[in-house]
Amino acid sequence: MEIYALLGFVLILSIYLGLELISKVPSTLHTPLMSGANAISGIAIVGALILSTDSSLQNAIAFLAVLFASINVFGGYLVTNRMLKMFKKK
Amino acid sequence: MSFLSDLTAIQNIVYIIASILFISGIKMLGREDTAVKGNFLSSFAMLIAVLVTIVDVVNPLFLISAIAIGAIIGSTIALRVKMTSIPEMVALFNGFGGLATFLIAWSEYNSLPDNYFQHLLIMITIFIGGVTFTGSIIAYGKLSEKLTIAKTSIVTKIFTTIFYCSIIFLLFSLAQPFLTIPHINFFTVLLVLTLLGGIGFVLPIGGGDMPVVISLLNSLSGIAAAFAGLLLLNNVLIVAGSLVGASGLILTIIMAKAMNRSINNILFVGYASASKSSVAEEQGEVSPINVSDAYLILESASSVVIIPGYGMAVAQAQHVVRELGELLEENGTEVKYGIHPVAGRMPGHMNVLLAEANVPYDVLAEPEDINPIMDSVDVAVVIGANDVVNPSATEEPGSPIYGMPIIEVHNAKTVFVLKRSMSSGFAGVQNPLFFKQNTRMLFGDAKESIGGLVSEFKD
Repeated sequence: MEIYALLGFVLILSIYLGLELISKVPSTLHTPLMSGANAISGIAIVGALILSTDSSLQNAIAFLAVLFASINVFGGYLVTNRMLKMFKKK
Repeated sequence: MSFLSDLTAIQNIVYIIASILFISGIKMLGREDTAVKGNFLSSFAMLIAVLVTIVDVVNPLFLISAIAIGAIIGSTIALRVKMTSIPEMVALFNGFGGLATFLIAWSEYNSLPDNYFQHLLIMITIFIGGVTFTGSIIAYGKLSEKLTIAKTSIVTKIFTTIFYCSIIFLLFSLAQPFLTIPHINFFTVLLVLTLLGGIGFVLPIGGGDMPVVISLLNSLSGIAAAFAGLLLLNNVLIVAGSLVGASGLILTIIMAKAMNRSINNILFVGYASASKSSVAEEQGEVSPINVSDAYLILESASSVVIIPGYGMAVAQAQHVVRELGELLEENGTEVKYGIHPVAGRMPGHMNVLLAEANVPYDVLAEPEDINPIMDSVDVAVVIGANDVVNPSATEEPGSPIYGMPIIEVHNAKTVFVLKRSMSSGFAGVQNPLFFKQNTRMLFGDAKESIGGLVSEFKD
């Protein structure tokens, strides 16, 4: 149970850190920030990789989870990069 | 054995490094000069986190092939998509992230939770991940205009009811281990109800409220990943997921503030049908103008502000708008763009479109920068925007949009409103701007009208 207290602490601290870091974002970057953050949420891929695979159902679930998280990661980063490349100063 | 514990130690160190890179990455993503580098850093963090995980999985080839297929699909979509379709693309990717966490929690349930806390985490992750998944798919459908179901239709009402049922069933599922009930397969019911509930969560929300919903779904996908991290006892999932949750939450709040509405009001109430109030009746004559007269006024203007809205996106007029801006500048006119935070269908939608058309971002101004100098502006050109320039928001306390911060174009010397017809905006509120003394209506397709102005300038 102690481990949950510790990880819960990490969770709260990270959310607070995120709120502090991002509180002032110029509106130009709203879309790239959203899309870049979206790519980061593809971190679920790490969780999907370590799922137990002791049955064919479990294997199928793990495969799909990795697949969809991978689409999220690759698509998210590339589209963010494409968008950011368009922004330029005069 | 010592090899295994070494590997676990290395994994943990790499996870910490990845977490730090994610934190700096997202921080840099919030600043114009470092954004590209920030995105790169966070993708590098993702790469090392995946690499250090995959060396220790049961059947690496099987999972690597899943990554490869995902990489091909994701990259193809990302590189091919048109910039005008970015909102729905972000929604779609977001949904896939939600689906991945939904599947993680499902899989963990099958390998049997050993304590009640795990049971709680599984149920919550299933719910957030599932709602994010189907909610995002509906958002995708609405944004790409493949899905048009009215808020008042019976289908919407049925799904909305299912959404509320799914919340109640979630509460039941949380308590399930303590209840002695007849044998129903409650977990399957939860899976199905959650997925249907996600549809009901987004279906009733209108197009103009999409910037809020899409930010909220973004936040939820992060929270779901963080909960999956708690479930799997994995630090990097918790940190990265929380960062996404926080950034999505900030955007949600910014969007809601820009509409002067509470998140609760946007999600569960929608605009009141106050458009039939007495103020709406009091209208007047609109003064139309044609392209050549508009050209003469623009030609002699010394400062022009362009205010784009969703209509510019629909008409795909961003490129001709940029051309007009450049011609005006060559003519000695000072040109600025007034960008309202909720113009369009996602946070920053107008910025992306104008950037695509090569408009430099330093001529884009936010309402608080442009409003104080509006009196000195000769011409404000409103292109397909409506609610965000509606003076009722500042002048009529009874209006449903009263209090919403707007771009005060009515203070400019002359206002051109480019519009297809006299229909009201998303909020369903009549816009008194159209009837003001200094307003001229330029009816027609925005792309054609601007194109006409451009060719007048060239002649």
